[in-house]
Amino acid sequence: MNAPTHPLHHITREESATYDRATLDYIYRAAATGLYEIRGLGAKRHLPHFDDLTFLGASLSRYPLEGYREKCATRTVLGTRFAEKPLELAIPVTIAGMSFGALSANVKESLGRAATAMGTSTTTGDGGMTSEERRSSKTLIYQCLPSRYGFKPDDVRRADAIEIVIGQGAKPGGGGMLLGQKINPRVAAMRTLPEGVDQRSASRHPDWTGPDDLMIKIKEMREITDWQKPIFVKIGATRVFNDVKLAVHAGADVVVVDGMQGGTAATQLAFIEHVGIPTLAAIRQAVDALDDLDMRGKVQLIVSGGIRTGADAAKALALGADAVSIGQGMLMALGCNHPTYRMGDHDVSAVADYHALGTAPGFCHHCHTGRCPVGVTTQDPVLEQRLTPDIGARRVKNYLKTIVMELTMIARACGKSDVHHLEREDLVALTVEAAAMARMPLAGTNWIPGAGV
Amino acid sequence: MNFDLASQSVRELNAYLHGAAPDASVTVTSPNGAHNVAVGVNVPVNIDIQGHVGYYAAGMNQLAKIDIHGNAGPGLAEGMCSGEVHVRGFASVAAGAAAHGGLLVIDGDASLRCGISMKGIDIVVGGSVGDYSAFMAQAGHLVVCGDAGDALGDSLYEAVIYVKGSVASLGADAQEQAMTDDDHARLTALLQRAGFAHESHAFRRVGSARTLYHWNADAEQEY
Repeated sequence: MNAPTHPLHHITREESATYDRATLDYIYRAAATGLYEIRGLGAKRHLPHFDDLTFLGASLSRYPLEGYREKCATRTVLGTRFAEKPLELAIPVTIAGMSFGALSANVKESLGRAATAMGTSTTTGDGGMTSEERRSSKTLIYQCLPSRYGFKPDDVRRADAIEIVIGQGAKPGGGGMLLGQKINPRVAAMRTLPEGVDQRSASRHPDWTGPDDLMIKIKEMREITDWQKPIFVKIGATRVFNDVKLAVHAGADVVVVDGMQGGTAATQLAFIEHVGIPTLAAIRQAVDALDDLDMRGKVQLIVSGGIRTGADAAKALALGADAVSIGQGMLMALGCNHPTYRMGDHDVSAVADYHALGTAPGFCHHCHTGRCPVGVTTQDPVLEQRLTPDIGARRVKNYLKTIVMELTMIARACGKSDVHHLEREDLVALTVEAAAMARMPLAGTNWIPGAGV
Repeated sequence: MNFDLASQSVRELNAYLHGAAPDASVTVTSPNGAHNVAVGVNVPVNIDIQGHVGYYAAGMNQLAKIDIHGNAGPGLAEGMCSGEVHVRGFASVAAGAAAHGGLLVIDGDASLRCGISMKGIDIVVGGSVGDYSAFMAQAGHLVVCGDAGDALGDSLYEAVIYVKGSVASLGADAQEQAMTDDDHARLTALLQRAGFAHESHAFRRVGSARTLYHWNADAEQEY
C-alpha cells in the first residue's frame, strides 16, 4: 500500500515545542541587542487562576437572597488593628498603586475621581504624590518604596494610609524601572533624577533590612503620623506563608499580597514570567498564615494580581481576602489595548500607532515605551490628551460598578447578606492544579489534592 | 521643656513635638538607645538629646535643629527635608538615607551605606564612612573627612562626594573628578557650617561618570 503523502507535510514543517516561534524570536532578539526584553503589564502565560474555581450557588440545602430586592452589604474597613483612623470604604474593591510617571496625570485624576465616587481608595505608586491625585482621591494610600522617590513627610501627613512596599507580584525581589522616555521634567523633578535617565530603582529599602528592622520602621511611620493612619505592608507573592506572618509580626495593620499576574509599568520579561507564584496559590497561603496567628479579621488581607471581574473579586473574598485591588483592569477600563480612543464626540483609530510599536490592539504591553496609543501609560503631551479625566473617570466608575454588582449578585446567590460572608465552602475547583493550590475539593468530589500531607 | 525617657515615652515626646506650639527649646534626657526619637518634627525647635539614640532618630525632620550628644543607630535623619542634625558620636548604617535636604553632621565615623539614596541632603562626616556609602545617591553632598570604604558612590546620580582620606574602592560608575572653584566654595562653606577646620584643598571630588544613565549593550553594564 502506498503511504499517503499529505501527512509528511506536518513532519517537514513541525514546530518544536522547545524552540517554538516565540523562543526563536527571543533568541534572535537577545543575539541582536545584548539586552533582556523589558515590557509592561503582567504574566501572559497560562496560570491556574480564579477561572479554575466555581461557586456552589444556593439550592435546596442553602437559601439564596433575592437578587434585586434584598440588601447585600459591601462596606469594608481596613486597618482596625492599631490605627486610630481605619479606612472605611463603601466597597471591597480598591485601585492598586500605579505611579505618576508610569501613568499620565489625567489617568491619575480619572482613577481618583472614580474611586471617590464609588467610595473606595487609590494608591500612589513610586515617585511621590501629585496634588492632582490628592485632590481627586478622598481616600489615598501613600506608598513607601525602596527607591523613596518623592517620599516626603508633608505627603505622609496628608495621606490616609501608608503602604510599605516590600515587593510586587510582577517582580518580587526586583526594583522599579522607568525608561528615559517617561522621565519628563515634572517626573524627573518629583523623583530627583536627571531628565531622560533610564531609571533602575533599588530593590531593597535603604534604611532597613529584615523583619525586625521593619518592625521599627513601621513604628517610625506610626510616630510620624501620631498612630492615626493604617500601615499596610505589600509583598510580592513568593514565600507567602512566612512573609505574611513576618509582616503581621512586624506590626502591619493590613497585608497586601500581589500574585504573579500582577502588572508593572516596565520590568524584565524573565522576571514577569518566571518569578513569583500565582495569585490563587498566594491567597490560600496568606489566609493560612493569618489563621495560624489567629489574626483573621484583626489584620486585613488585600489580594491583587489578575483580578478582573466581580466573579474574581467574589472568589478572592470567599477564599479569605478582605478586599481586592485592581491595577491592570483599571487601565483596560480606561482603554488599554482598545483599537480606538475618544476625541471630542468621535472615536479615532489608534491602530497605526499600535503598529508603529510593532504590535496591535489586544496584544500591546508597551507601557515601558511611553508611547501608549490610547494615552494611558504615557507622559507625552500629545498622547496624554487621548484620555481626558471626564471620560476616564466615567469608564473606571462604570467598571467598578459592574464588578460590585457581579460581586453582590454572586453573594446573594450563595445566600449571603454581606459580601464578606462568602466562604471557602461556597467554592469548588475545576482543575486538579487549582484544587491543590486553593486546597479545596475538585468539583463533584471530596478530593483535595495534598490534603493531610 | 524637658523629657526624661527613663520615665516618659517616645510617644509622649513625639506627640508634644507634633502638637501646637512646642517650646523653642526641648531637652531629652536618658534616651538609652530608644528608637524613633524626635521623628517627623515640622517646627523650628532646638532639640538637645543627651545620650545615645536607636533607629531613625530625627527621621523625616523638617526645620528642627537636633543635637545628639551620643551615638546614633541605623537610619539617622532618614528622609530629612530641612533643618539640621548633629551627632557628637558615631552613626550606624544608612545615616541620612533618602534624605531630601537639610544638614547632617556626624563628628565620629559613620557605618555602611552612609548617604544611601540621598536626594539633596548635605552630610558632613568628621571621621570615616563604611562600604557602599552614597550608594545610588541622587543629589546633595557627602563630605568625608576620614577614609571611605569599598564601593564608594556606587551607581551615583548627581550627588557629589568630597573625601579627604583614602578610598578603599570606587563603586560602579563613580569616578574621581577635578575640583572646581565651585566645589572649593561649597566644601569650605559646608566644613565651616559643620565646625570642622579642614582646608578644602585637602579633599578630592568623586562624581558620576554617567555611563549607567542609559541602557547600552556595548558598555558591559551589569544590569
